[in-house]
Amino acid sequence: MDLSLNDVQMMLADSVDKFIGNDYDFETRQKYADSKQGYSDAAWQTFAELGWTSVTLSEDDGGFGGGPVDLTVVMERFGRGLVVEPFLANVVLAGGVLKRDANATQKSAWLLAAISGELQTTLAFTEPSSGYQISDITTTAVSGEDDDQSWQLSGSKAHVINGGSAELIIVAARTSGERRDKHGITLFGIPATAPGMTIRSYPTVDGLRAAEISLDNVMANHSQVIGKIDSGYETLNSAVADATLAVCAEAIGIMTVLTEKTIEFSKGRVQFGVPISSFQALQHRMVEMYTACEQSRSLLMWAAMMMHKGGPAAEQAIHSIKYQVGIAGKRVGEEAIQIHGGMGVTWELDVSHYFKRLTAIGLMFGSADWHLDQLAAPDVA
Amino acid sequence: MNVTFSNEEIAFRAEVRAFFETEFPQDILEKQRLSIALTREDVVRWHKVAYKRGWGAPNWPTEHGGTGWTSVQKYIFADEQARASAPVYLSFGVSMVGPIIYTFGTEQQKQRFLPDILEFNTWWCQGYSEPGSGSDLASLSTKADLNGDHYVVNGTKTWTTLAQFADWIFCLVRTNSDVARRQEGISFVLIDMKQPGVSVKPIKLLDGECEVNEIHFDNVKIPVENLVGEEGKGWTYGKVLLQHERTNIAGVANSKYRLERLRAQTNESIRGATPLANNSVFMRKLAAAEVELKALEYTELRTLASISSGKAPGPESSILKVAGTELHQQIDSLYVEAAGYYALPFVPEQYDIDFPIDERIGNGTQTKSALSYFNHRKVSIFGGSNEIQKNIIAKHVLGI
Ligand SMILES: Cc1cc2nc3c(=O)[nH]c(=O)nc-3n(C[C@H](O)[C@H](O)[C@H](O)COP(=O)(O)OP(=O)(O)OC[C@H]3O[C@@H](n4cnc5c(N)ncnc54)[C@H](O)[C@@H]3O)c2cc1C
Repeated sequence: MDLSLNDVQMMLADSVDKFIGNDYDFETRQKYADSKQGYSDAAWQTFAELGWTSVTLSEDDGGFGGGPVDLTVVMERFGRGLVVEPFLANVVLAGGVLKRDANATQKSAWLLAAISGELQTTLAFTEPSSGYQISDITTTAVSGEDDDQSWQLSGSKAHVINGGSAELIIVAARTSGERRDKHGITLFGIPATAPGMTIRSYPTVDGLRAAEISLDNVMANHSQVIGKIDSGYETLNSAVADATLAVCAEAIGIMTVLTEKTIEFSKGRVQFGVPISSFQALQHRMVEMYTACEQSRSLLMWAAMMMHKGGPAAEQAIHSIKYQVGIAGKRVGEEAIQIHGGMGVTWELDVSHYFKRLTAIGLMFGSADWHLDQLAAPDVA
Repeated sequence: MNVTFSNEEIAFRAEVRAFFETEFPQDILEKQRLSIALTREDVVRWHKVAYKRGWGAPNWPTEHGGTGWTSVQKYIFADEQARASAPVYLSFGVSMVGPIIYTFGTEQQKQRFLPDILEFNTWWCQGYSEPGSGSDLASLSTKADLNGDHYVVNGTKTWTTLAQFADWIFCLVRTNSDVARRQEGISFVLIDMKQPGVSVKPIKLLDGECEVNEIHFDNVKIPVENLVGEEGKGWTYGKVLLQHERTNIAGVANSKYRLERLRAQTNESIRGATPLANNSVFMRKLAAAEVELKALEYTELRTLASISSGKAPGPESSILKVAGTELHQQIDSLYVEAAGYYALPFVPEQYDIDFPIDERIGNGTQTKSALSYFNHRKVSIFGGSNEIQKNIIAKHVLGI
């Protein structure tokens, strides 16, 4: 049995750690988050140059051939640094769709451009009424008279991360079937500037950006279809599963930092003539925070390995880890704030920003309850 | 055992309800319902309306211009207030410093300060906490040195809620460092904020709002007449206040109506989504919170019953703050869960008065939910943190 990282993964970890340590302190992060687009082009370019954006692509696609473990290595460190650059949108979501289903032309025009940092992309799949169910898609793509050569897309997409910066938006639309059917979903690559696209970008509570997008008879032709007509669900589901694993790793990075920072703070904060770390009421809770981090980390390792394997085990692993991180993340975040007292609720201190990102992650790609529901009744989904 | 209200109490409830439905500024209620922040002027205006109605001070005895209400009447009032989504009284004047002044102050202080508190001509804030003294308040170090007919105040107060709007601040300050128990060197003083040497610096909180401040006192002169009660007794007076603050923070009525509104919302299909009522996991959590609420309501009623029968509130009252704030935060979490992705937009300008409602992203409670959840982390921290509160219960109630 070997649960350690391989050499390539260690180098990757080292490279991200160095960047966060040297070039991405909290002030820098805040400066990027507060800028109009919400991240730094220069930092994003660095990610591409250092090869992080191509970690999970096959060697044929110009990547390193890394898998879920490599993804978690990067994301956990992004969590520690509270990174705001659009890795998830470009690499994991849009990239995840393109690497699976795009044809050669699309790969060179879109995938390579995205991972080299030249093109901003994202995946638009959630809708205002879909909740967490991926197949709940009401946006329609109606084919024209030339039958399966051109389509008109209409509908709304909600909470599209990086939607304001994205130049290419992969839209999941219904070409056949009923509202929640898995069959009948098709993926289209749509330029943000296409006539009929209305994109309303807004900051989110975690300092990132998302958008509401409405499509009003947006035209798409055959070259914009990614994969097969009506058969986009599997790919969509897989890309979202990757993204779920990714944010879980990110959350574990965040939880670890919060636990470390809380322990450190408690040792330095003196009340009643002693450091508050000497109060057993707080000690036990910090032990629980630590336990929550480590249990989550263990489960993440298992989940990453199951994802590598694929199949139903992967599905179960994703639900398990997102449930675990949802519960543990909330507890760790809330305790970190509480133990910091008044300082914990200030904007100035990084702790509250880690907490807010954890909260956002808890709500993305399915809440803890939603994932537990899938585990309890896997067929109901 | 009997929890029905008397005919007088039922009539009183009707009277209060009518007040909120007609006399109370309806534009302010509308703002509350639409999650639009109240301006300083709004807050002053509605307090004055309450004052005109004779309800400037629900918790004061009539001899000082209060309502003289029984504890049951106060309970009914708070309940109707929350039902109407009305704001709660700004506590610093009417609930905190007012009672201290009429209990421990001189005749002159009463005449000078109480009418303005009643009529809301002065906005008060509370200066207890300091950067180095939070839970351990008795370690406070802001000094007030006696110099002839005045004190000279130096030091820093922090976390001072709404000090940016305040005219006056009541403070616990150290008047004597040479005492056996450090509590005995603390005095209660009133400070006019509009004078040289007082500076107020806003502190931005995690939800992006600046509701608290840091206040510096740099050689601020205050006349000895602004000392309340005896020098060195401030700690005792201050503790009386905290007791009151803690019951207030429990916010039972507020939780009750927030839960009611959430339950009503579960039947709606927001933007065509499946109503939450179909989600049994969520509904179980909601039901659990409702059970918790009921227990809390009856803990509060037990407290009221002992007060109204002339007894001191029983030990059960001590759990109100902890249980009340825990429920409050639990409800915040439910709202966040109910909102899902729509909890995430951070668009403060869409709660400005002139922002078109139908152009908001999400609806009011959804896009406010995460921000409220963040902001309300404070309720388990201030007014004596829940840990401190449990220490007090362990020591004074359980005797351990
Ligand atoms: C939004 C907000 C508004 C406020 N408004 C006001 C105001 O208007 N006026 C005012 O004077 N103050 C105000 N406060 C201050 C508030 O009363 C203090 O924050 C509170 O007393 C806690 O102090 P602290 O923040 O210094 O935390 P600390 O005292 O440093 O506590 C840090 C942590 O240690 C825990 N702890 C401390 N001692 C013990 C112990 N013995 N056993 C176990 N655990 C312990 C605490 O519970 C907390 O979790 C406000 C605070 C906030 C956050």
